[in-house]
Formats: sequence, structure tokens, C-alpha cells
Amino acid sequence: MARPEIFFPAVSWIRLGGLMPGPGAIAPRPAALAAALLAQADLERLIQLLARDHRVIAPVVRDGAVVCDEIRTAGEIAFGAVTEQAPARYRMTMPGDHAARWPTGPPATPWKRVLHPSELTIWRAVRRDGRLVFEPIDSGPPRRLALVGVRPCDLAAIGRLDAPLRDGPWPDAAYAARRRGMFVLAVQCTEPCGTCFCASMGTGPDAGPGADLVLTELDGAGPARSLLEARTTAGAAMVVALGAAEAPEDAADEAHLAVDRARARMGRALDTSQLPARLLAHFEHPRWETVAKKCLTCGNCTFACPTCFCTTVEDRLDLAGETAARLRRWDTCFSVDFSYMHGGSVRLSPRSRYRQWLTHKLATWHEQFGTSGCVGCGRCITWCPVGIDITLEAAAVADTAPRTGPTRRTGAHP
Amino acid sequence: MARPQKPRLAVWKFASCDGCQLSLLDCEDELLAVADRLEIANFLEASRAVGRGPYDLSLVEGSITTPHDAERIHAIRRASKVLVTIGACATSGGIQALRNFVNVRDYVSAVYPTPQYISTLNKSTPIADHVFVDFELRGCPISKTQLLELVTAFLHKQKPAMPTYGVCVECKRRGVVCVAVAEGLPCLGPVTQAGCGAICPAFGRGCYGCFGPKPLPNTAALAAHWSEAGRRRGDIVRAFRTYNAAAEAFRRESEAHDT
Ligand code: SF4
Ligand code: SF4
Ligand code: SF4
Repeated sequence: MARPEIFFPAVSWIRLGGLMPGPGAIAPRPAALAAALLAQADLERLIQLLARDHRVIAPVVRDGAVVCDEIRTAGEIAFGAVTEQAPARYRMTMPGDHAARWPTGPPATPWKRVLHPSELTIWRAVRRDGRLVFEPIDSGPPRRLALVGVRPCDLAAIGRLDAPLRDGPWPDAAYAARRRGMFVLAVQCTEPCGTCFCASMGTGPDAGPGADLVLTELDGAGPARSLLEARTTAGAAMVVALGAAEAPEDAADEAHLAVDRARARMGRALDTSQLPARLLAHFEHPRWETVAKKCLTCGNCTFACPTCFCTTVEDRLDLAGETAARLRRWDTCFSVDFSYMHGGSVRLSPRSRYRQWLTHKLATWHEQFGTSGCVGCGRCITWCPVGIDITLEAAAVADTAPRTGPTRRTGAHP
Repeated sequence: MARPQKPRLAVWKFASCDGCQLSLLDCEDELLAVADRLEIANFLEASRAVGRGPYDLSLVEGSITTPHDAERIHAIRRASKVLVTIGACATSGGIQALRNFVNVRDYVSAVYPTPQYISTLNKSTPIADHVFVDFELRGCPISKTQLLELVTAFLHKQKPAMPTYGVCVECKRRGVVCVAVAEGLPCLGPVTQAGCGAICPAFGRGCYGCFGPKPLPNTAALAAHWSEAGRRRGDIVRAFRTYNAAAEAFRRESEAHDT
């Protein structure tokens, strides 16, 4: 399906003021295998169709925020929620004029919670007749997962997790099991939040690869309508099963325009050209010390981040010494013990811990996995209790003219 | 084969409310297993019988607030192979360390009709200020799970699995929506050691800091953020001056705002 050139992402990059992304940051827009015009009632049928053989996870309202959780009906989805997101500030409201629309922005909890649980027993052993017997523990979810309402940044984040946890040389069994046969319905963004910068990272506001269905809310008077496009055969089968009204010719253009308008309304931006090199050239930049003075080393940024996946293990024994279990839990590079080796922690200073996190997200991730570790969802900015902003910190370090002095490879660690 | 003699456990009380000792009785299901593996030689909350030392494991609750207690703790240390302090009173001086910020004589004369009978020290101090402590269990009160982990680790000669990170880690693992960000509540989670399982944020309250400061806490940045958000100095002082008021990092931070 040919599109007028004006709708291509690269064009709007120029409109944003020359913030050109690095090469390969923008994937060409995938073609739709089937398209339908979706009314609110169709959505309930869609959820019911999915729920037949999936555990359906969607954005819901809990404790004054939008979080991802299991749903049984479309009515549980956080329709109508508008989230105001700013550094260290999140407020959810339900303005009447937004009713029936998908909740804006990325949910407070990242989708990784369902794919990469925060706590998991990875093995258990019991002493039986003087022998240690290992019991099987995690056989994956009983039902396939269906993630419904995934924003483009979060869709990209799943791809970032796939690289190390599913497609790498050491796949993670628990992750791979949850990921197998997973269905994804992505919702493209037409109303970005104050901390969003997916456009800079090439991950949104349009949905890249990884979704079976892509939904775009269309403006206009009358009852809410959305365009539903299938990107995979599973998605196309769902469109057929739904039997919704066929999308008119101009719906795709209308959807594309709405998403493209969002691109120009990002709350934040980050110049990603040569960013890894520009960051790593400033390993001793004084800004690291400035941010360290403010950073609480609480790790909230890493837990809120949809691509951070570090864990630690703890061994558990019962009082009698008869059963042992190994528990795997989310960990963070901000804790002192994270870098504990024989003799002590390698990254004791908050400066080295913040620098490790930011440079891994934006620079060394490229070396490891060929992409950025950041998808521009802005959660680390919103959920940092003191509002440290990755886009400002990265720019402050990277925008400095290159100088001589120690770089990452020669610089002392702590 | 005869079972080797059970290790002997003693529980001691100093200035405290008994809540932490009660965590041991609160173990209910596991209590029998504990009693099966350890000889409870001294635990007045549970039994009047006092067994003589030496003790393999002493759990010490409470802070040192009187000249007599300052002597007694040395005798207990001498009689104990491993001495573990339990709870905020024992590890930092407890809520009674609020006296450390004022003249205790003023309190004594305000509270007691005949103050001359009261023999007390100017400061409430943690056990570790007086004797060598092998391990500290934080909390007001301590966590039952951590207590069992400690006893298990002691019995099996392991290093206990105890967090050294902040409450936010437990909060996020639990999937709690951050009350500091979503509701603007003051929360001590980012500077407080984990262990409670982030109970307060899970119930919509900011963390009160019951487990005391985490290693290398940036209390100054948290307080600065609160000031920027319009919190009064007095509120900041009070936030850091509760159950762990005398813990070094919290004490310094509260004093920085107390003018
Ligand atoms: S680093 Fe921040 S903006 Fe980037 S993906 Fe993680 S949470 Fe989102
Ligand atoms: S950057 Fe913010 S969220 Fe991350 S560790 Fe520092 S204070 Fe916590
Ligand atoms: S509620 Fe408190 S403990 Fe939980 S993440 Fe927020 S600041 Fe940390």
C-alpha cells in the first residue's frame, strides 16, 4: 500500500528541527494484512475471542494509576483515563471528553511484569532418603498470554527484552515460556505524555514490528471508532473472526495523520545521532557528579523501565534444613550489592552507579544487542522520586565538545 | 545416633516495648520447629525459667538508657557466642532516642512526680555502641520472615539473606504504585533499608523509615526535593526523627533542618 511521502516518519523528523535518529532507528511501516473499522462493541467481542485461549492482560485502573493486569471483559480496561506525566509526578484523571478512549501514555507498571516476573522460584530441592531431589518449578503460564493495549514504546521494549532473554545464546526459560505464542494488540499513540520521547528513539508513536493487531483511534464526532490493522496471520484471523465493518479507503490515511501529529507533540526529545560515542567520550564528565548528588540510588528508574531485566538470586532453606529453594528477584544496578565481588562492591559511588545505568541504556546496549536499551517511554523520568530526567542528563554529557582525558576504557571505575 | 546437644537460645530485653521479642512468639507455625532445633534457655516472654549461660545465640531487644543496663549488656555479651540485636531500639536507640535531641532532665521532671528516683542516661544508645554485635535485625518491629531467616542461617552456618537496598526495591517488586510520585506523599522508601516488604506504600502511605537508613542513603537529596515541593522544615525534621531518629544518617539529616 503506497503512502504519500508526507506521512513517512523521516519527513517529520526534519520538522522536529533536525533531530535525525541514528541509522536504522526507523523501521519502514509494516503493511496491514487486513483492516477493519472497530466500534466499542467489537472490542468486547475481541477480548472474548482472545480470552478463549489466552490470559488477557490490559491496562486497568488501580490505586489512582493505570497498571497492567489480567482482565476478563473489555469493561475492565482503563478507558477514559488521561495520565499527566512529568518528572516525579503522575496524576490520573478521567475527563468526560476522553471517555471510551484508551488510557494515554505508558502504564505505570511496565509489561515486563508479566513476561519477566519480579519474583520467581527457579528451583526447589528436598532431602529424601539422604539424597537431594530437585523438583520442577516453573513450567510457564498455563495459558498463552495476550497483551492488549500495548503502546508502541512498550511494543519495542518487548523486542529489546527478546534479544537477551529469548533470542540470545542463553535464553531465559521462564521468559521464553511466557513469550511463546503470545498475542499482542498495540495501540498507536495520538496523545503523547509530558515525559514521552519515543519519536526520538524511533519506537513510536507508530507501532513498529511485534504486534499482531495495531489499533489507531480515529477522531471525529459520533461514537468512538478505531482502525484495526492486522500485521500477522494470527491478527488477520482475528479480524476475520470479528467480522467488523471493513475499513474505508481513507481510514488508514486518517489514522496515519493522527499518529503523525502526535510525533510533533512529544513531551521530550533526545538527539540520538552518534549518541553512544558522544556519551562514552565523556566518562569523566562533571555532570555525572552533579546528577549523583541528586540521585537517591533507589532504583525506581530501573524497575519502571520496560527493558531493564537484571535479577539476583537468593537461596532459601527451611529451619529443618530439609528443603532448599532458589528465588530469583528483580535487582537494580543502583544497589550497592549489585556490583559486589570478592572484596567489595565495584560501583560504590552513586556517580558510578548512575553512569553505569545511563550509559548501558543509551550506549553499551548498542554494542551488546545492536539497538538502544531505551525506547523513550519516559517512565524513568516520571517515576524517579526526585525527577531526574534521562534526556537532560544524556544531553548534558553528550553535547559537550569531545575532550581529551580518560574515556570509558581507561577511566577508573568508582 | 544421639542428636548432638541443641544450641542454646537466649532473648534479652533492654529499653523497648517487647514487640520485637513477640515476633518470635508470633512465628506460630515455625515456633515448634525453632523449639525443636534450639534450646530456649532464656526467654521471659515465653517462660519464667532462666537457664544459665553460656548461650549460643542471644537475641537482644531494646536500647541502653540506664547506667545499670550499660553494665548488664557486658555480662550478656560475655555469656553469648553470637549476639544479634533485634529491632530499631537495639540497632539505633529507638523512638526513645528522641531524648538525645533535648535535655532529658526536662522530660524527667515533666513526667515523674518524684524525679529524684529516676536514674537515667542522657542518651538512648544502640547496643553496638556498648558491645560487639554480630548481626543486626532492623525494623520497628522486626520482620518475622527475617527473624526466621536469621535463625535458619545460624543453625545451618550460612550467611543470612538480608537486603541491603532500599524499600523502593521491595515496593516496585510488589507492583505498588509509588505514592510519592502518584500522590505527592512524603515517602522515606528511597533512603530506608528494605525488610518490611513495603507495607506502608502498599496501603497508600509513605514509608516511615522503620528499618532505618539503607547503606549510603542520599537523605539530603530527598529532603531537598521535599523542600522544593513546599514542605516545611519542621515536617522534614519530624520525618527523619521517628523510630530511627538516632541512626547516624537520619540524625544528621534531621539536625540539618532543625534550626
Ligand atoms: S530508560 Fe527510561 S525512557 Fe528509556 S525505556 Fe527505560 S524507562 Fe523508558
Ligand atoms: S535516577 Fe531517580 S529513580 Fe533512578 S535511582 Fe536515581 S533517584 Fe532513583
Ligand atoms: S512509594 Fe515510597 S518506597 Fe515505594 S517506590 Fe515510591 S518512594 Fe519508593
